[in-house]
Amino acid sequence: MTAPVSDLTRRIIPCLDVKGGQVVKGVQFRAHEVVGDPVALARRYAAAGADELVFYDITASSDGRTVGKEWVSDIARVIDIPFCVAGGIRSVGQAREVLSRGADKISVNSPALERPELIEELVAEFGQQCVVVGVDSFQDKAGKYRVYQFTGDEARTRETGWETLDWVREAVRRGAGEIVLNCMNRDGVRQGYDVAQLAAVRAVCPVPLIASGGAGAKEHFTAVFQQAGVDGALAASVFHKGLLELPDLKAELTRQGVPIRPV
Amino acid sequence: MAAPGSLAIVDTRCANLASVVFAFGRLGVQPLVTADPAELRAAERVLLPGVGTAGAAMRELERLGLPQVLRSLRQPVLGICLGMQLLTRESEESAQGGQNQRCLGVVDAATRRMEADGLSLPHMGWNRLEVGQPSPLLAGLDGAYVYYVHGYAVPRGPATLAQTTYGQPFSAVLAQGNFYGAQFHPERSGPAGARLLRNFLELEAGRC
Repeated sequence: MTAPVSDLTRRIIPCLDVKGGQVVKGVQFRAHEVVGDPVALARRYAAAGADELVFYDITASSDGRTVGKEWVSDIARVIDIPFCVAGGIRSVGQAREVLSRGADKISVNSPALERPELIEELVAEFGQQCVVVGVDSFQDKAGKYRVYQFTGDEARTRETGWETLDWVREAVRRGAGEIVLNCMNRDGVRQGYDVAQLAAVRAVCPVPLIASGGAGAKEHFTAVFQQAGVDGALAASVFHKGLLELPDLKAELTRQGVPIRPV
Repeated sequence: MAAPGSLAIVDTRCANLASVVFAFGRLGVQPLVTADPAELRAAERVLLPGVGTAGAAMRELERLGLPQVLRSLRQPVLGICLGMQLLTRESEESAQGGQNQRCLGVVDAATRRMEADGLSLPHMGWNRLEVGQPSPLLAGLDGAYVYYVHGYAVPRGPATLAQTTYGQPFSAVLAQGNFYGAQFHPERSGPAGARLLRNFLELEAGRC
């Protein structure tokens, strides 16, 4: 069998966690430090060759707020690449507000676990292409991948009872247009993506799959694209701390034969 | 008569309206966002954005009394993404009871569900433009990477100016008469997208 023909490139997606209007970064979702202003960082990453950006309002779900909306229009005004907004979107009305401010996609996580019909409602209103489901997955001591909720607040973080592969299948069945899999064991520690877990999810996920958690070096990106077959790779600290520059990373991936949009 | 260079964006209240307005703002152009038939007729150029479903978008255009107005326009009209698909005769999206969704029918082509040969769908991300028929709209864009997010597409046909391949080749840019369409999102396609929008603003207006 010949491989299907596509020039589609793999996406490199800097992720900006927003707390109180500032971009912050924690280690395994804790101990947040401020890394900068979201608009300035968005502009810098877009100019450096980012293929897409994701903004997570990391406190929104855990304290019952929706995302603070003003910065969404500020970002939409200055950048010319797509971006997704996540954090506490729990209704069609809240999603509409974020999208009408210029976000291209919205990502739902905890609210979709509480009320899975939310996925269908968003898809019916805005189309499958702008509804992303974020999944926070933690490998337990027995080796099972389990879905967690409210990961923005350590005190409220809890296991949901869903096994990751089952929840991904359910989210796709309800119309999710893309899955972002955050492998919590790897978050912020820069030891590489969880290729085994991502490959397992890839096998049950017919929509685009984005890897998240663990990026620390160029070879981690090569590995996750070549071994897990993901459509995009998301990373935060490795970019925020200047450990990797986007043009260098993209040049290396191109050398390794991964299809990449040139900077 | 509109001011020279005037651009009207059809106010379909769809989700990417703000992004499209901002993209023109970055080019120094302040578009008029309107659903008023007289303002649309008077504009030198008209842009039809679109995010959502073909059925919902056509219902909204009908509620605004716009299908006939849009069909009658003689100035350059550019449809983006779903806005491009609305220019075709019909779409398999929002089909009901075996009947495809009727669209504006100003471009003799039809919108079909994508078949991507086992690749992930929707088609989401940056993909390459292959220009087949040179056009001022596509100046400087052959081989450029542009951003796509869609699950329906227009197969290649006589109206196709440029194609992209994702499992199968499909119409990336099409044109018939004064009606143009881009399947990708120029407002989110970096410098290449900005180039397409600038090319559109420089198309011979004529026939006003």
